[in-house]
Amino acid sequence: MTEKPKVATASLAGCFGCHMTLLDIDDRILSLIDLIDFDKSPIDDIKELGDCTVGLIEGGVSNSENLETLREFRRKCTILVSMGDCATSGGIPAMRNTVPLKECLEEAYLNGPSVVDGVIPNDPDLPSILDRVYPCHEVVKIDYHLPGCPPSADSIWAVLNFLLSGEENLELPYELIKYD
Amino acid sequence: MKEEITITIDGVEIKTKTGEFILRAALNAGIYIPHLCFHPDLPPHGSCRVCTVKVNGRHMASCTTPAEDGMVITSDDAELLDLRKAVIEMLFVEGNHFCMFCEMSGKCELQAVAYRLGILVPRYPNLFPQREVDASHPDVMLDHNRCILCGRCVRASDEKDGKHVFELMERGAKTRLGVDAENNLGETNLSIDDKALDVCPVGALLIKDTAYRIPIGERQYDKTPVGSQHKGNK
Ligand code: SF4
Ligand code: SF4
Repeated sequence: MTEKPKVATASLAGCFGCHMTLLDIDDRILSLIDLIDFDKSPIDDIKELGDCTVGLIEGGVSNSENLETLREFRRKCTILVSMGDCATSGGIPAMRNTVPLKECLEEAYLNGPSVVDGVIPNDPDLPSILDRVYPCHEVVKIDYHLPGCPPSADSIWAVLNFLLSGEENLELPYELIKYD
Repeated sequence: MKEEITITIDGVEIKTKTGEFILRAALNAGIYIPHLCFHPDLPPHGSCRVCTVKVNGRHMASCTTPAEDGMVITSDDAELLDLRKAVIEMLFVEGNHFCMFCEMSGKCELQAVAYRLGILVPRYPNLFPQREVDASHPDVMLDHNRCILCGRCVRASDEKDGKHVFELMERGAKTRLGVDAENNLGETNLSIDDKALDVCPVGALLIKDTAYRIPIGERQYDKTPVGSQHKGNK
């Protein structure tokens, strides 16, 4: 038996909505399992990323850990896909980009109405937060973009099938290109 | 007197009158040329350049170029498609467009043109500018994050409402939409039935308490591309 292509997924600065939608392909997930093996992914809990055909990235790049993960995915995946608005544009987390980082941290940890004895977290074990949230393609080369918040299960399914088919040009039908 | 003339758009001959703007002539003949700052009820502005076509080989804004007999016009080719996409992508990155919660999503013309042209992501880096939301008016919200400076509201307020509520201020990258008041929109004589509110192509001018009434899937452009009442292509 020839080995099946491997697909890995990661959630950076996202809400897991895109991953939930990946599961929303319903019983098509059974055909997917016939076509591919999942590598590292929040849905299977494999910890080490191996060499993969396709990497699906949910979320933008908000901290140093996101950055490391994204770079590792870029190294190990032949085809890297931005899945969802946070990956393609920064999305909701990028709303902080219009506010200076210092102000964001002060509002969240010092001045917010529910804060008691606040302190801005500074533990060396915590990833450090970046000056702003970056769409993935502003950090590494991204091969395909699938906008949507989340993208519909049909569009994720269409993209996966296309990528596994080895065809050249992805043209999503009108109904599958959405930014909301 | 206006004479009947013939122009050719993408190989299709259409009849129009001397002096008619190319974009209007095309739309009247059922041919769609993508556009944004143009609105059929308002004088043309020629500012967004989305409607750029090639007239006898030269790039021209079709909304402000008068038709002349025998003109040969190209609207649908790979170069123009790419230029139009570039313009739309610039509009996205120079504002803050969070479509996922925007009240206008699904019926926004900027988004609809982007969908129609097949834009998945802008080629330019996002600028994330600091812009204000002006909610001072009792009935209207003005969200500068989404304003694409098309000037439609300016023209509608001037020409249709007989007011001068809006104006485009400063120039170049600093251009912004100003209101005719010391501080904010609440101090102007804008009223809820002004044409100016009707013509905004994006979610920059919104009537309060009217959002999210139509379910996803049933909104204007969810299934039907903008301009699909016309023949033409991209
Ligand atoms: S105005 Fe249009 S493009 Fe901008 S956020 Fe709203 S729906 Fe999206
Ligand atoms: S508020 Fe709307 S109509 Fe007015 S300039 Fe901005 S985008 Fe155009």
